[in-house]
Amino acid sequence: MRVKTAGRALSVRMPILTGVVFVAPALILFAVFILYPLITALSYSFFSWKGTLRGEFIGLENYVTIFTKKPFDEDLPNAFAHNLLLFAGAMVFQNSIGLMLAVVLHKIGKLKRLFQTMFTMPYLISPLVVGYLWSLLLSPLFGPVNAILKQIGLEEFALPWLGDPTTAIWAIVFITAWQWIGFPMLLYGAALGGIPDEVTEAAEIDGAWGIKKFRTITLPLLLPALGTVSILTFIGAMEAFAIPYAVGGSDGTPAGATDVMALLFYRTAFESGDVGSIGTSSALATVLFLFIFGVAVALRFLLARGEKRLYG
Amino acid sequence: MRKRFDLLALPKHVLLWLYALVSLSPLFVMLLNSFRTTKEMAMEPLALPEEFRFTSYEKAWVTASFETYFINSMFVTITSVFLGTAVSLLAAYVFARSKRKIFGVLEGVFLSGLLLPVFLAILPIFYLFDTLGLISNLWGLILIYAALSIPFSSFILAAFFRQLPVDLEEAARIDGAGHFRTFFFILLPLVRPAIATVVVFRFVPIWNDFFYPLMLMRDRAVYTLPVGLTRFFGEYQTDWATLFAGLTIATIPLVILFLVASKQLVSGLTAGMSK
Repeated sequence: MRVKTAGRALSVRMPILTGVVFVAPALILFAVFILYPLITALSYSFFSWKGTLRGEFIGLENYVTIFTKKPFDEDLPNAFAHNLLLFAGAMVFQNSIGLMLAVVLHKIGKLKRLFQTMFTMPYLISPLVVGYLWSLLLSPLFGPVNAILKQIGLEEFALPWLGDPTTAIWAIVFITAWQWIGFPMLLYGAALGGIPDEVTEAAEIDGAWGIKKFRTITLPLLLPALGTVSILTFIGAMEAFAIPYAVGGSDGTPAGATDVMALLFYRTAFESGDVGSIGTSSALATVLFLFIFGVAVALRFLLARGEKRLYG
Repeated sequence: MRKRFDLLALPKHVLLWLYALVSLSPLFVMLLNSFRTTKEMAMEPLALPEEFRFTSYEKAWVTASFETYFINSMFVTITSVFLGTAVSLLAAYVFARSKRKIFGVLEGVFLSGLLLPVFLAILPIFYLFDTLGLISNLWGLILIYAALSIPFSSFILAAFFRQLPVDLEEAARIDGAGHFRTFFFILLPLVRPAIATVVVFRFVPIWNDFFYPLMLMRDRAVYTLPVGLTRFFGEYQTDWATLFAGLTIATIPLVILFLVASKQLVSGLTAGMSK
């Protein structure tokens, strides 16, 4: 308490000028390179463009274009569906395996640190490197993955995973999961570490063991971590760019099967050659921005409400 | 305190080692293949190197310009981490020690940057850079990365400043030190652990980033490693040995960082994610 009062007394004495001088460098950088471009991007979408020359105000016309005109009428739903699939795939595979690893690692003893380090290693590597590495490993010609499958008698699974439009996006789900697994594992691990021993012991005395103990005690206490993991997985899946770029290039080879929203935005902004591309790509950016930010904020709100109901 | 014998200890360890194999074997294959020749790989996709040759590294480093990319990446990453941390430190000090509303609002604005999909603002940044003459200029990247570091770094550092008791600062003030001197000579030495977390934790995404240089660096001489890799993969498509060497070069600094500072990285990961 004493510290707190002292802090208040001290703060009165920090002159506003000192505060402004200290904050100014960060504020200038943030305003010039983050806030200003974000707001400007929004405004670009309401104008017509001829190359880099801004024309008149056209209201929502660019938005109509990206939802109804070629090539957007096909590319946009296709790319968006892939983003949603990346999110669903990550929630189902990556986050459940991450949770399982965290549960197994909990109280494993001395080696915990070593395992955590090994599982987190891929997370630190550039997603671009990861994408290129796996495109080599999964190559149908001399890729080691198919060589292993053939050697252990699973010849029928030695497929051109990245070349076939039906499997390519699933290969990306797998590659992303391989890279990200350490992230849900660490978060769940931290949450598990926060559950007091008395709670689990009391449950054991009451006869809750194994799966039952996990379902009734551990899982509810993990809910806040589950919420955080969901939000960050959502943002990650919607912003996916480097891995799809490394695997399928900027046009989502094969046949748009690995196309995602960020690639569509990139192509529209920098590769389309269309004179109105600044307007349409800014409209794309705005829609994507509102969707990502809106859902993230809504999820966070729901999470806070759910927690309140659970813990009073 | 009772200690039960864990029946599941053995299967648990088997499972964990199996996953460790899944997690690390692709990286070992990458490393081992960088010492093999493309011919060896074509004949036998899965094998150890016949001998440890560094010819692929030489080719990637010299012929494929990885030397330039590597130096650019190092320069950009170190400078921007330094700049981003410095400005965040100054701001975090004010956030933690001033109770004025305006700074509280500003802290909230910075924090929202953690959730904003900022890459969507690339077009205005492109034209801003065009006017400022920062296209194909490494300093442009440095400024962007420093700005992008502010939300995470100021958040972590402000939390750390708040934990420090103010007694020391009061004493320094009574002895006649101003805010600047108190900050530089009393507080900075105390927040070193938080600085270490921030530095290590920002190094990784900046070193790995490929989006901004892809858009803003339009000349080979200013490519960083990731964007250099995209060119390289187009040009050396069939030269697998050199491709593996290039990927390894881009990865090694991170592995070294991870081995040296895994503690900071793991704590930064959990802190950054849970907020």
